[in-house]
Amino acid sequence: MQLIQPQEIQSHIDRFTGLDLYIHLELTTGAYASHIDSSRPPGSAFISNAVIRYTHGSISGTGPYRVGLKTEQGWIYAEGLTHVDENETERLILAGHDNQGKLIVALQLSRNPF
Amino acid sequence: MTNKKILVVLPHPDDEAYFVSGTLAKYIEEGAQVTYACLTLGEMGRNMGVPLFANRVTLPAIRKLELAASAQSIGIQDLRMLGFHDKMIEFEDRDLLDSQIMKLIQELTPSLVITFYPGYSVHPDHDATGAAVIRTIARLPLTERPVVHCSAFSNNHEKVIGKADVSIDVTRFLATKIKSILSHSSQFQEDKLLGGRDITDDIIRSKFGTERFWTYQFGDVIAAKPRGDLVCAQM
Repeated sequence: MQLIQPQEIQSHIDRFTGLDLYIHLELTTGAYASHIDSSRPPGSAFISNAVIRYTHGSISGTGPYRVGLKTEQGWIYAEGLTHVDENETERLILAGHDNQGKLIVALQLSRNPF
Repeated sequence: MTNKKILVVLPHPDDEAYFVSGTLAKYIEEGAQVTYACLTLGEMGRNMGVPLFANRVTLPAIRKLELAASAQSIGIQDLRMLGFHDKMIEFEDRDLLDSQIMKLIQELTPSLVITFYPGYSVHPDHDATGAAVIRTIARLPLTERPVVHCSAFSNNHEKVIGKADVSIDVTRFLATKIKSILSHSSQFQEDKLLGGRDITDDIIRSKFGTERFWTYQFGDVIAAKPRGDLVCAQM
């Protein structure tokens, strides 16, 4: 994983515009959050391999980054993105990590299921 | 040798390393045959290595290799990967889950089964795995039930279930235990785990030198309430 260069992500988002895509979108504090600190309730959600199509999408911010994808009926949004898998040419694999390196958010798009 | 055939049922690669690797190494040295059924590949784990070398897509294959390396370092003779999805054990089809555990018990006829104590093991996958094992074994006639040792570590656990009745001194197997933990290199790093100390250090020996288990008491009803019920009852 490499730090996000927003221009590259933007061009990848543009290439995917109007296509049927499989999405993995995830936000997580981890299941141990309240075990470690009782003031922090755990909160997590993920959706995997739902099919979406966006009409317009962009990356924003100065890092960590935000991505918003406008669909015909609504929106998809992720905040806290820091890293991209630089080895992927077809898929867009974005992730956000906290200062200990733990995953907090993932946004992944692909023409094929994950 | 009472624990000749042992079945370990845990949900995540690295659960074995942290909670039972020393105990298993000891039993294996004494001649035990160990099967470890790992329910998932830990594919929803949050640790991606330091520096980052994994992501959501590559993590399952990486953790599979780490699991095999850990099992090998402990000396586990039989590793089964059951292919369930990380974080989803509590939502899985119970008949499917229980039937897979039942098949293992019927095939292996273990004298001892090791799993998590349902309700007192923090991660929902841990609790759901323990509950599935207890449910399944409770269906067997009393005389056919293996002994079940449960690992528990939630903040409140001793208040409710008391102190562990099985305490295994694994200081002689600390090198194996640390090797097993560090096999999971996406999840654990030596500097963080040991803080620059080595396995002869008193702090390390006291932190990792004992593994504790609760012998599950079945009684007539299944005492293992799913975590959700406990939460609802308090609200």
